[in-house]
Amino acid sequence: MGKRGYIVCLAIPGKIVEIDKKKQSVTVDYGSGTKRKANISLVEVKIGDYILVHAGFAIQVLDEKEAQETLALFREMLSLQEDV
Amino acid sequence: MFSLRDKHLADDIVSQIKKAEVKLKFMHVCGTHQDTLIKHGLDVLLQKCGIEIGQGPGCPVCVTTPKEIEEILVLAKEGKTIATFGDMTRVPGVTSSLHQMKAEGCDIRTVYSIEDSLFLAEKQKEKEVVFMAVGFETTAPTTASVLLRDPPLNFSVLCCHRLIPPALQAILDMGEIKIDGFIEPGHVSTIIGVRPYEFISNNYHIPQVITGFEPIDLLMGAWMLVRQIQHAKAEVENEYTRAVKTQGNKKAQQIMKQVFEPVDIKWRGFPTIPQSGLKLRKKYAKYDARKKYEKELDELAEKEFAEPVGCLCGQVLRGLISSKECPLFGRQCTPDNPVGPCMVSSEGNCNIQYRYSKK
Repeated sequence: MGKRGYIVCLAIPGKIVEIDKKKQSVTVDYGSGTKRKANISLVEVKIGDYILVHAGFAIQVLDEKEAQETLALFREMLSLQEDV
Repeated sequence: MFSLRDKHLADDIVSQIKKAEVKLKFMHVCGTHQDTLIKHGLDVLLQKCGIEIGQGPGCPVCVTTPKEIEEILVLAKEGKTIATFGDMTRVPGVTSSLHQMKAEGCDIRTVYSIEDSLFLAEKQKEKEVVFMAVGFETTAPTTASVLLRDPPLNFSVLCCHRLIPPALQAILDMGEIKIDGFIEPGHVSTIIGVRPYEFISNNYHIPQVITGFEPIDLLMGAWMLVRQIQHAKAEVENEYTRAVKTQGNKKAQQIMKQVFEPVDIKWRGFPTIPQSGLKLRKKYAKYDARKKYEKELDELAEKEFAEPVGCLCGQVLRGLISSKECPLFGRQCTPDNPVGPCMVSSEGNCNIQYRYSKK
């Protein structure tokens, strides 16, 4: 996508803003006004979910709580190491 | 969405790695990891901490063999409409490239998704559309999903999908380089989960960390490997928990299993790697371009095709040399005039090294 062309293993996170009537695809908001359709045959999703999209397909639902806690978790791991 | 940039945390991770005073060699198998490493100078930073980190065969376009490229060129020449991902069209084959054949009037389409090629076949029933399906476990389920939708019979797939864990094993079995740890690809792992890597830690005693794609992710992945080594452990850890579940994506795994079966396959630069490829199951033979166009492809049956003269992509993919050690790098071989696939693909080590060294 974009200037760099297609990257085979790259997946981009975005938020589901609409699910089509047939429940086969969703509209994904990637931020900065970029919206695109994605196929959802490989995942179970609902509006508001953050998904990883690869080659037009949602491949996984991102764990929002896990993502928000990622940095805190890393800090904790490092501090535990320092205590050893 | 979530900001994962934190300079202080990055500094803390680096100082922890430095404190360990190690001399290690890690391998990752993903173009996106390589892009993050080189773009942010993490390769140099880690080198200063005693860690060399390099890309193995983690570029689907790069590991596609010269013979597979000849197959798609034959089908293009026979008048089929060829659809594939952008990078694939520019990989030089022995006789030509898809890009060159397009200039000569063949019908070659660059698509973003396999669905685009399916829509093309549905709209233009008079055309025989062949999708060249490259990619690892991240992409294979998208091919499987489309084949489960009963596509029209003017649609078929030249299946070139490959699997990551057997390739990791092949690298270790070949024993050409010492590897102290694997940074495992985050997006392949969203599909397959943690388990398929475990045999490597168990049988070869090599630590592994499934890692995300932000700079912090990669530093953390490297540190987690160092920590395992310090504690004499060899496990599969998951750093990318926000996207990778232990079980992976079961629905995608199920769909893949329904459509594909594993097959022995050659990778560029490697001998045949057992059970490292995917082929369509008998039930889907009508969509298998190799069966459908058996007669057209017959001329290639017994032939073997060599890699381009002087091209060291094979050694780059096996992690034996860095791109810059290839005498062709940046001279005869550039992104505008690539000799081998690693310079073509935006996931290829040579392309990434060239792109960032020029800026």
